[in-house]
This record gives sequence, structure tokens and C-alpha cells, in this order.
Amino acid sequence: MAKYLLLKHYNRTSGPDWLPGTNVPMDQWEPDEITAHVEFMRQWADEMSERGEFVDGQALEPAGAFVRYDGEGRPPVTDGPFPETKELIAGWMIIDVDSQERAYEAAASLSAAPGKGGRPIHEWIEVRPFYGEPPVVTE
Amino acid sequence: MNEDLLRELTPQVLGILVRRGIEFAAAEDAVQEALVEAVRRWPDAMPDDPRAWLVTVAGRKMIDEHRSVAARNRRELQHRLEPDAGPTEQADDTLLLLSRCCHPDLTPASAVALTLRAVGGLTTAQVAQAFLVPEATMAQRISRAKRTIAGQPFARPGEVTAVLRVLYLIFNEGFTGEVDLAVEAIRLTRQLAATTPDPEVGGLLALMLLHHARRAARRTPGGELVTLADQDRSRWDTAMIAEAVGILQDALDRDAVGEYQAQAAIAALHDDAARAEETDWVQILEWYDELVRLSPSPIVLLNRAVAVGAADGPLAGLKALAPLDTTLPRYDAVAAWLHEQAGDTVEAARLYSVAAGKAPTLPEANHLRRQSARLRA
Repeated sequence: MAKYLLLKHYNRTSGPDWLPGTNVPMDQWEPDEITAHVEFMRQWADEMSERGEFVDGQALEPAGAFVRYDGEGRPPVTDGPFPETKELIAGWMIIDVDSQERAYEAAASLSAAPGKGGRPIHEWIEVRPFYGEPPVVTE
Repeated sequence: MNEDLLRELTPQVLGILVRRGIEFAAAEDAVQEALVEAVRRWPDAMPDDPRAWLVTVAGRKMIDEHRSVAARNRRELQHRLEPDAGPTEQADDTLLLLSRCCHPDLTPASAVALTLRAVGGLTTAQVAQAFLVPEATMAQRISRAKRTIAGQPFARPGEVTAVLRVLYLIFNEGFTGEVDLAVEAIRLTRQLAATTPDPEVGGLLALMLLHHARRAARRTPGGELVTLADQDRSRWDTAMIAEAVGILQDALDRDAVGEYQAQAAIAALHDDAARAEETDWVQILEWYDELVRLSPSPIVLLNRAVAVGAADGPLAGLKALAPLDTTLPRYDAVAAWLHEQAGDTVEAARLYSVAAGKAPTLPEANHLRRQSARLRA
């Protein structure tokens, strides 16, 4: 019983390399391929919910800005928006599962979403465990 | 008030239906619906016999559910549901129902959810809230669990091990939402202990109470962890500790020691010390040796290394730690503490910092960061 964040990235510049031939940007897909991809994501969430493991899924707009505090009485300082070529978080799924092994299995199934030519995109999904609550019994 | 009564009656009503031959999953659904109905109607019209009322309403819910089946079947069902409550109906079904909900084919998360709903009498929404997942997800988790065990024979009531593991899991979840899972686990274990002679049930109940008694001292008002050694012991619940020690003594007297009794004995020795320095680590270490004999898990060996360090000195503790797997959760924290006791503050500070980076919970991570900072200051 632990929650994991499955992160999807845009324009990832760090982390492992894509498999050869798999990193085809969505704007080069056929309309039907985009529909099939979106449908896969919806079904994936339904299946996770049916398994009793789904917590949340959200997609983010590509454009955003960096914001920080600039001192008492001063307006927030912003930087951006940045061009879409910059690395961004595209969205996430949150799941509640029995083991890390099961979290990895779910992430791999998400990465099998169809892309160009209906083939699995083999996208690397970043899997991050949530901090849990401290157990009551410690000694 | 009504809620407490309803939660107490839930397993009784479910037990009555199941013993009349109603399939577990259907009976459990009907009981849930009857509970919802009771919450709506009892405030205006409290029945004379709340349990009989629930049995009748649950029965009616099942008949509604079966409207489409043949009339003959319906009559048969109606016959089974005839309220003929006699003395045998008073039999306690807690263990029977719990062993159903904690069936070994279920994943821990499913067993926990099903137990809390079917025996604990919580609503799906409350269980969902306790585990911070959407209600629809929790509803699916529970129906999936019921499908998994559908048609399986009831486990032999003698097999309490799986049940105790699930109750322990619920207790250890602690208190994250509006439902206090620790209190709930204690309530269920108490129910079980009242009807089951197995001394491990008493052992687990004592273990829960001995830890629960320290709850007020375990966190600062801001939610930060306070270690056992630093807790304000005047805030421990001494009445609860006394009760737990009595329960543990009764269990140990039955001469069939098990891992929960051993863990409870360790907790009791901690609770017995008025000040941390007065802790009887030698006896605690003896119980750890017993625990290693009963269930030699790596976690037990890690905790034993702490006891060795406290009883026989930090160098002995480090020696006990040496053969263990360094990737064990909290290994670095134990190593840090032993190095600190041995006077090697530089290494201890480094290890606390490493441990903070690997801590599985945020309060632990913050606590370990403060330990590291304290030694660097």
C-alpha cells in the first residue's frame, strides 16, 4: 500500500535515451494514431481504477512560467514562458499499489501506449515513490 | 453513538446472514445498504432490537436484488432469511468473518480494505478517505477482493496468522485521515481476543496497546517525530500500559510464545522505564534473541543490533550490524546511531545524512537531517 507518481516528460534532456526510432513527436503522427493514443490512456486509467489502484491522472499545458519570492512588499518575479523545446513535465498518473514491482509493471504498461504507426512508444516513465506515514511500531 | 453501535453490529449481522447460507459477497453488500438505511432512519425511529432490524433490512435488500430471479428461488431465500434468532445466533463470528476477509489469496491492500468494511463496519467512503484514494477506486478494490474469494471455502477458523498480519498492518497505518485506523485495529483485535484463545491474539492486542499508549508523546504539536528516548514519558497512558501488561501476562502464561508476544514484551520493557536511561536493555536483548528464533527477518536482526548496542556497548552493536544487508530500510540510521554512541561523530553525521536521503517517510527524513545537523554544529 504505497503511492507512486508516474511522470511523463516532454522533450526530456536528462535520463536514459529513447530506443532507436521511437521518439517521434506527436505532431508527426496521423490523427487516428493520436486518437488511439488518447483512447489507450483513458483505458489504462479505467483498468487501474478497476484494479483498485488508481488515484489521479492529469495532463499539463506545455506553457508555464517559473515564479519566485522577491522580498517583502515586492511583486513575484517571473521567468518564462519558455519555448516548447525546453524539458517539461507533460503530466502524471498517481497509483496506490502493493509493491514497487507492481508500480514498475504499471509504468511499463503505460509506456506501451501506441504512437506512430500504432507501435508502442516505449516512452521512459519516471517512477517516484511518495513519502509514506511513519509506522507506529518502530522497535 | 449510533455509529459505534452500527459498527459493533456489522459483523454480527453479516455473520448471521453468512451462517444462513447467504453468499458472502451478496450478504456484505446487503449489510452495507442496511447500514446506510439505518443511518438515515434511526435518528427518527430507533428500533427496539437494532440487530434484528438490520438483519431484516439486509434481507429485504437482497430480495430486491433478486427480484429478477425465479419466484421459487425467491421463496427459498425468504425462508432462509426468516428471523428465527435463537441462542445459537449469539455465537461470535468475528474470527470466521475476519479469516474470510484476510484470505491468503488477497493482496494486503485488498484484505485491509475488505476487513475495514465488512467487519469494521466502515463505509467505502471512509475506507477510501483513510487511504487517500478516490472512493470509486476503493469500491473497485473491495469488489475485486470479494470476487477473488467468491466460492472459496471458508478458511479453517484455527488459522489466525493471516488475520493477525492484516490487523497489524491496519494498526501500523496509524492515523492519516478522519478514521483512526490504530483505534479501529485495536477494536477489531479486542473483539477477536474476546472469543479466541490463541495467545498470539492477546500478544498482538498487548503490542498495539503498548504502542498506542505512547501516542500523545510520539509527535510534537507540529507533527515532527520524537524518538522513544526523547519522549515525555509523563504523557504516556499508564492505564493503557497496565491493561496491556495484564493481557500480555495472560498470553505468556499459556506457554506458546509467538512473535507478537515477543514484540509486546519488548514494548512492555520500554514502557516500564520511567526514564530512558532506566530501560532494561539486557532483558530487551533476550527478547530480541527469542524473536530472532521465532521469525529471523532482516528487520528483526537490524532492531536487535540496536538492542545489542544499548546492552553491550556500541562496538558490539556495530559487530551485530556488520553481517546485515546494507540496503535494508533504516540500516544507515542504525549505523549512524551506533557510531554516535561510539563517539565517532564525523561518521555518524555523514551516515545520518545518508539515512535522511533514503528515509521512507518525510518526518523520519527531517528527523535524520536534524540529527546530522546537530552533530555538525
